[in-house]
Amino acid sequence: MGWITETFHKAGSPRWFFAGSKRWMIGLYATGALLVVTGSIWGLGFVPPERYQADSFRILFVHAPAAHLAEAIYVAIAVAGLVFLVWRMKMADLFIAAAAPIGMAITAVALATGIIWGMPTWGTGWVWDARTTSTLLLLFLFFGLIALRGAIPRPERAALAVSLLAVVGVVNIPIIKYSVTWFTTLHQGPSIEIGKRPAIAAVFLWPLGLNALGYYCFVAGAIVAALRMRIVEREAGTGWVREWLDGMPRP
Amino acid sequence: MSLYFAQIRREALLASRSRSDAATPLAFFALAVVLLGLGTGADAPPPAALGMIWVLALFANVLAVDGAFVHDHDDGTLEQLLIHARPRFAAVLGKLTAHWALSGLPVAVCSPLAAYLLTGATTGAGTLAASLLLGTPALTLIGAIGAALTTGIGRGGLLLAILVMPLYVPVLIFGASASVAAATGGDASFALRWLAVLLAAAITAAPFAIGKALDIGQDY
Repeated sequence: MGWITETFHKAGSPRWFFAGSKRWMIGLYATGALLVVTGSIWGLGFVPPERYQADSFRILFVHAPAAHLAEAIYVAIAVAGLVFLVWRMKMADLFIAAAAPIGMAITAVALATGIIWGMPTWGTGWVWDARTTSTLLLLFLFFGLIALRGAIPRPERAALAVSLLAVVGVVNIPIIKYSVTWFTTLHQGPSIEIGKRPAIAAVFLWPLGLNALGYYCFVAGAIVAALRMRIVEREAGTGWVREWLDGMPRP
Repeated sequence: MSLYFAQIRREALLASRSRSDAATPLAFFALAVVLLGLGTGADAPPPAALGMIWVLALFANVLAVDGAFVHDHDDGTLEQLLIHARPRFAAVLGKLTAHWALSGLPVAVCSPLAAYLLTGATTGAGTLAASLLLGTPALTLIGAIGAALTTGIGRGGLLLAILVMPLYVPVLIFGASASVAAATGGDASFALRWLAVLLAAAITAAPFAIGKALDIGQDY
């Protein structure tokens, strides 16, 4: 059991994370890029057209992973917020700071691809149904986290406020989802659920899985990269950052 | 319990000393309804008008809740309250009950008049008032979490609105759908019950988050 607590303490140290994370960042970027390229070429070029939607369904391979990822990032941020409120781990706060803008960008991708997909298949780009509305609100929740951090001058106080807001926000996501469900829902129900046979043909499932996995890896790499930047920014006054900066090639 | 009523008594006394302050939320709501009436030409279809009244009540709530802790924060009362008040839950709830009685309650009571002004009929006005009576205290409690976080920054306003308006959505949806159902002759009881559920949940959970947020917001 000793190594668990040891890893926990080590992971909480920005210096340790910074030293070990460069390999992770490169690995995640490379794996993500490889998977997304493979999945996209497979999905766009080799999968047969869908029976009703012809070729327009192919945006699924971008839309579904992005929409899934957007929520996953918010939940991860909320978990980090809870960790920060309980244990005051500096890394948890830095993770929130790094992941919020990326989450907002992914949410925007999910919304944009959804609108593009909706126009030919639903006949309208936007409907006020459960999933579209809650994804749009997710965009504002991400924005709120960024705006609150920006408004508070002292980073260690901002960290507490943002963590609390993230935790309060995640409690609301299921409520928002259920409440909007009472509007007539145009969005299709979930096609892939854990423990059930997927309601989606296997030819579509493989490239979708590859793309989803690739998105996760790529975004994880992006978050690690952003985290590294935040660490250098926040720890700018410490000796090890200065040493590291001195070792960098001068322009 | 005594702490709860002591807070209400204190807020009531403060309000009675500065009456114009206490009347501003209602005045804002009335003025917004007038502007809406002028903007839509006073012949909006009833369901749309009731939904718009709900949105205006929500805006009035955001603007009012922004000031919920400002005076106490500025003169140091809030700090003393956070140090001494045990249980803090009761003190926070008492304070916000009094705050709601001066912001959400008058808006809810006057909403049938607003519905009459905008639609020329009273269809659904009773349900509108009932849904606002159930919904606005939940809005105040949720909004107070954001207000507690932003009060110390000194410029809440728009920032507060951005933080809490996404969290207001469930209350707005059930409140507006109850009112619209009543205006179109549908069954409003389902949505009203859900509003009551949200209110019960907000009373139970929000004061803890508000207490924590007040702690955090004390020294930015």
